Amino acid sequence: MEKVRELDLAGWQTRRYFFSRSVQGLSGALGSAALAGLLDPTAQAATGGALPKLHFTSRAKRVIYLFMSGGPSHIDLFDYKPKLMENNGKELPASVRQGQRVTGMTSGQKSFPCAAPIFKFKQHGKSGAWISELLPHTATIADDICILKTLNTEAINHDPATTFLQTGSQQPGRPSFGAWLSYGIGSENQNLPAFVVMISQGSGNKTDQPIFSRLWGSGFLPSMHQGVRFRSGQDAVLYLSNPPGIDALDRREMLDATGALNKISAGAFGDPEINTRISQYEMAFRMQTSVPELSDLSKESRATIDMYGIRDDGIDGGFARNCLLARRMVERGVRFVQLMHRGWDQHSSLPGQIRGQCKDVDQPAAALVKDLKARGLLDETLVIWGGEFGRTVYSQGALSATNYGRDHHGRCFSLWVAGGGIKPGITFGETDDYCYNIARDPVHVHDFNATLMQRLGIDHEKLIYRFQGRDYRLTDVHGKVVRQILA
Amino acid sequence: MQGRGKVILAEVCMRRSFIITWLISLANVATLPAQSVDFNRDIRPIFSENCFKCHGPDDNARKAKFRVDLKDKALSHPHAIKPGKPGESELFLRVSSTEESELMPPANSGKKLTSAQVDLLKRWIAEGAPWSEHWAFVSPVRSPIPTSTGNPGGSNAIDRFLLQRMKKSGLNPSPEASRHTLIRRLTLDLTGLPPTPEEVAAFINDASPLAYERLVDRLLNSPRYGERLALDWLDAARFADTHGYHIDSGRDMTRWREYIIRAFNFNLPFDRFTIEQLAGDLLPGATVEQQIASGFNRNHMINFEGGAIPAEYLNAYIVDRVNTTGTVWLGMTVGCAQCHDHKYDPFSQKDFYKLYAFFHNVPENGLDGSKGNAMPLIRVPDQLQKGRLELIAQEIAEINKKLELPSVETSGGQLAWEAIAGKVAVDPWQTRDLQVARSSSGADLEKTGDGSLRVTGPNPAKETYTLGWKQQGEAARAVRIEFLPDPKLSAGGPGRSENGNLVLSEVKLKVNGKPGNWNKATAGFSQSGFPAEHAIDNNPRTGWAIYPEVGKPHWLVLTPAAGALSGDIQVDLVFASIYEKHQAGRIRLSTTTSTPQQLDNQPPKLVQDALAKPREKRSAEDNLALRKYYREQIDPTVSPLQQRLGKLKQDQEGIEKTMATAMVMQELAAPRETFALVRGEYDKKGEKVFMGTPSFLPPLPEDAPKNRLGLARWLTSQSHPLTARVAVNRFWQTFFGIGLVKTPEDFGSQGEWPSHPELLDWLAVEFIESGWDVRHLVRLMLTSSTYRQSSVASEIQLKSDPENRLLSRMSRPRLQAEFLRDQALAVSGLLENELGGKSVNPYQPPGIWEELASRADGKNWTAQAYEQSHGHDLYRRTMYTFWKRTAPPPTLSALDAPDRETCTVRRARTNTPLQALILMNDPTYVEAARKAAERILAVKGDEKDKVAFAFMLFLSRPAQAKELQVVEKFYRDRLADYKIKPEKALKLLSIGEAPRDETMDVAELAAWTMVVNMFLNLDEALTRG
Repeated sequence: MEKVRELDLAGWQTRRYFFSRSVQGLSGALGSAALAGLLDPTAQAATGGALPKLHFTSRAKRVIYLFMSGGPSHIDLFDYKPKLMENNGKELPASVRQGQRVTGMTSGQKSFPCAAPIFKFKQHGKSGAWISELLPHTATIADDICILKTLNTEAINHDPATTFLQTGSQQPGRPSFGAWLSYGIGSENQNLPAFVVMISQGSGNKTDQPIFSRLWGSGFLPSMHQGVRFRSGQDAVLYLSNPPGIDALDRREMLDATGALNKISAGAFGDPEINTRISQYEMAFRMQTSVPELSDLSKESRATIDMYGIRDDGIDGGFARNCLLARRMVERGVRFVQLMHRGWDQHSSLPGQIRGQCKDVDQPAAALVKDLKARGLLDETLVIWGGEFGRTVYSQGALSATNYGRDHHGRCFSLWVAGGGIKPGITFGETDDYCYNIARDPVHVHDFNATLMQRLGIDHEKLIYRFQGRDYRLTDVHGKVVRQILA
Repeated sequence: MQGRGKVILAEVCMRRSFIITWLISLANVATLPAQSVDFNRDIRPIFSENCFKCHGPDDNARKAKFRVDLKDKALSHPHAIKPGKPGESELFLRVSSTEESELMPPANSGKKLTSAQVDLLKRWIAEGAPWSEHWAFVSPVRSPIPTSTGNPGGSNAIDRFLLQRMKKSGLNPSPEASRHTLIRRLTLDLTGLPPTPEEVAAFINDASPLAYERLVDRLLNSPRYGERLALDWLDAARFADTHGYHIDSGRDMTRWREYIIRAFNFNLPFDRFTIEQLAGDLLPGATVEQQIASGFNRNHMINFEGGAIPAEYLNAYIVDRVNTTGTVWLGMTVGCAQCHDHKYDPFSQKDFYKLYAFFHNVPENGLDGSKGNAMPLIRVPDQLQKGRLELIAQEIAEINKKLELPSVETSGGQLAWEAIAGKVAVDPWQTRDLQVARSSSGADLEKTGDGSLRVTGPNPAKETYTLGWKQQGEAARAVRIEFLPDPKLSAGGPGRSENGNLVLSEVKLKVNGKPGNWNKATAGFSQSGFPAEHAIDNNPRTGWAIYPEVGKPHWLVLTPAAGALSGDIQVDLVFASIYEKHQAGRIRLSTTTSTPQQLDNQPPKLVQDALAKPREKRSAEDNLALRKYYREQIDPTVSPLQQRLGKLKQDQEGIEKTMATAMVMQELAAPRETFALVRGEYDKKGEKVFMGTPSFLPPLPEDAPKNRLGLARWLTSQSHPLTARVAVNRFWQTFFGIGLVKTPEDFGSQGEWPSHPELLDWLAVEFIESGWDVRHLVRLMLTSSTYRQSSVASEIQLKSDPENRLLSRMSRPRLQAEFLRDQALAVSGLLENELGGKSVNPYQPPGIWEELASRADGKNWTAQAYEQSHGHDLYRRTMYTFWKRTAPPPTLSALDAPDRETCTVRRARTNTPLQALILMNDPTYVEAARKAAERILAVKGDEKDKVAFAFMLFLSRPAQAKELQVVEKFYRDRLADYKIKPEKALKLLSIGEAPRDETMDVAELAAWTMVVNMFLNLDEALTRG
């Protein structure tokens, strides 16, 4: 009996596959006006979203964004400055600080002593990239990544800085990067969301900063473009499972009955939205299979599990597991996978905390890049590792031989990008001897986002949405593509 | 009407015959005579979209000194537009040019005119280039109601305007919907809930010709009506239960939400409502309710992120108020002008800051809210508290009356007291002559004329002053150290730090060379977090400080643990906290032989001085002071009253402490200065500006108060071009799905041209002239024939008017998120009908908040961990669901509820698989299905009767035969399965906290539960119909 039922379900799956989603129904009340000029139903199928066609030949199809929430210290990880050792403990010269604003947490501080990192740096790979001993696994992918040392932002506090990085605006209300992609070029897989978010807890800082759903929100775009939170536990997607006492066959037959009645309605009312609804329910049903299949790591080899460093005790805070899930998602065509790893806010006790943070993420992030490369996916997937800002060269609180803290610093910070048509094995941009100001090749957050868009085949000035009479885009009215890092 | 089909199917049959008529009339669409060009409808949008960016209102972006947004500028240009002569008009030549270097708009702008647009411009110039002001900036006037209706009777003004336009497009109105559809539509629209089967039956059987109107009136008077209209307002007002930024802890605006519900239920005229929302606090003799109403502009997000800069956020709050007020009342996207002149509308950056100035005078903090509501706020008692406070106030008044009398001495008591009190020797503080006065750092402690020591010389990070004297004769019972201001000190002292503060970390005592202890330290003033006891806690890291009361004298009194001090006394003042250089700059030490108790009981100086004088030399003030002091402190007949008074005041304070608060608007006595901010940056002040209205709109009347009240009255003046139109349009959107102006947030030149401008204006004038009567306006809309039309759409209608802007049929939008859950609760009988009250936490999967919140710090703030409600609070209407901004209820967000971070006046309507998962699997809906199943199972009769009841309960209509078949088969299959698997049935029946009716058969109940689960997911159940 059970076997027969299984077969039945499989049959339904394939039979129902022809239900494709109706784009007109999905574009929603708000979208249609903005799209009116752009929409060409045939061209739309080409991108799966609002853009009739890509603006450029795309080098990347998908994005995995490893967001390090809290602001990792560029000084202790990537931005190696031997001269800083000489200046350890000395007051940061006013000529460097230039009277720029600092947060209320250190603005009352009477002195600003430079704190050189206590961690050792070495050059790695053919490229000779300087990487801190805190990131031994990242060091092994030195030739696959592009380290940017001159990211910069105006924001100096967590809420505005993370909101800015993810939405291009310090104040709430704008769509996030993933939402823009979902809107612009849609999903490659009808059975999975275009934009997925996964959150993990760092082990370095127990009083970490809160994060907000607006970081994966859709802003003024229709809500279907918001990121879908994937969670550990039974339901990776909220409300995915049938409740106890309702099994898959019950659900199938319930959908058949619903569908039959809905079709009678569709005939009576002539409302095309009814057919859209029928197909959305079918997609929900398919998700009940596709999502558990996606989150099921049991078919991954032991070697893969070990390469990512996934531990059953969950001590890694979930980041390793999320990295492997991210690979499985891009394999299945999820457009934008956003990982958020918390705990990078080292105002005090930086050395101890950052060790824990790096241990959480170093191995899984490197494994992800290697794994994607081995599977031939890295070429078409952008992997980004970085936070919302860097940290100050001067110590927050007391500076000792083994301990120091660092406040927020937006004038320069480091992150790395791999794959997706970004030049591998280069370090781009230069800061001054204090890792404080940019000496050469600044990359503003808007420039960075413009560059990512470009690799995805999108002109950041042309993926726009009309809201309140104004055309909005991810990069506001700014952003220049950083051509030097394009492969 | 009875003859018209009771079921939809019958309606459909009728539709078929209509289609033929339409086919004929649609043939006319193509041959409509070309309309003459209308500047506002046809030309301005072309200019706005393609030209304003470089030739519009923004002075800084203008190219070639040509401006095409203003008539005078555009037509006075020597070559641009020659009325009547397109061939000589540069504007036309440029837009029609084939030379790339000539062509406008230029290729690099990304803009391109269609040939139809070029042709329109040509015709417009040929017709003499007639110009009119932007329609929305001119006061609305009533157009005559079109007379030829062609519609049989019963049509009101709305229908006639609509019909006129429909006819032009070759469409005809649809027939009236069935009564079943009508009651479901009306009840959902006016209450957000479905009708009960009894209500449906009553309406179907109401033979009165006014049955429909009576139904409308019944629903308009339902308390649920206030809740329903309030919901839209909560979106506009960005109402939420948390502050929104960063930590996102809780706030409580319950009373404000209750005000909104009441305002709609009492049909508060919209002009009064507006005034109270924007400036209730400024009304003469403002009531508590009116003050609460003003909280509209406190609903914005508030921040207290550690390290954030207060001025930056204060600016953000005010900008939010301007934007929200602009969207809600002006229908204008004023936010564009925060950084630069508006690109499309004549709204300058200065205009933005003129409005900003109105909202800039609130006594608030840039960073606030960590403990709940942010300043300014008022305390608002509930009914019980209110009653108790009134009783207490009454009794206090009575006691005070008794205490006042008699005003002259009648008993001998006071005289006797005066005789004794006058003789009590009061030991005043004796300034000590210090034998030892030195500093650990070598600073100079220089004696001054008043016995104090002035500190000069070295000012190291840490410091200790050692002071010593011989206590001879009577023992000292207390030591007082005074910290005196001095003009030579930074900020006037008394500290030597930059800001005049000092942090006294420890006062150490030695008596005859041996360490001693203090038992108490008191101070005249202590900085928050730096109490006097920190100076004697043997912890050098903590201390007593006096900020921000710098430049003033301070004192610290210390009493020794031994009770008395004599011999060689040494006192060390230690300044060793992390606050460097925070030592005292001028000090004076004195002692007293009086006990602390004696000191405490000392009459005030005024009384002491009076006592010292002979009776006959005392002034009237002296006598009054003595009399008062005696009555209040000494008189034995008065002290019980005093005690009672003290108790009452204590009670009063106790109640006030536990009272709810409401964030409100208030006005600083002296307005803050406002500057236009360069590029909108909070720290870049430009030109100084004053409160005022945008220059393209009527000015504030001369005699209007220059504050928010003046602004609110200006908005609601009879001739204001925007307020009524914008409000009417939003109500229209609520009931017809899309506004007459499709962009309710933008009535400017980038907004959409109204589908029916004459109707919009007619309704706006009607609204104003009715006394801004919201209920009248809603009634007018809902009793129109248009609203009563069937929502069945023909292929021709879908093709020629897919969005249904012409309303030749009724729209059938999906129910909004809140109504879907409310409907499920209502049909299950679980819904609680309490009006108002605090927000509640219904079912939610674990971890939704906690995964995002700050972890270890979480206990410092509210709204960090989700504590699910139980019982009554699990089943409240969804508008009372706790709204946490950084992690809104996922079931509502997925169904298009806005994030409530900023003002929203239009919700999206999407159709997604995640919505399907929620409606199928969320325990809320499964539990509701189970409870509704109990109702079905309780219906007497056979399976058919039960299914019939289900159709009435969920869809408000009888079933068709083929529908019955589907449902019955589904039921029987489920029943068969659950019969052989009772444990599976029990699992389903165990979902949710509502108790199960255990008298019912488990398999049957489970099978019906599945049937209800199916019903609640039907398209028809999810839409308005």
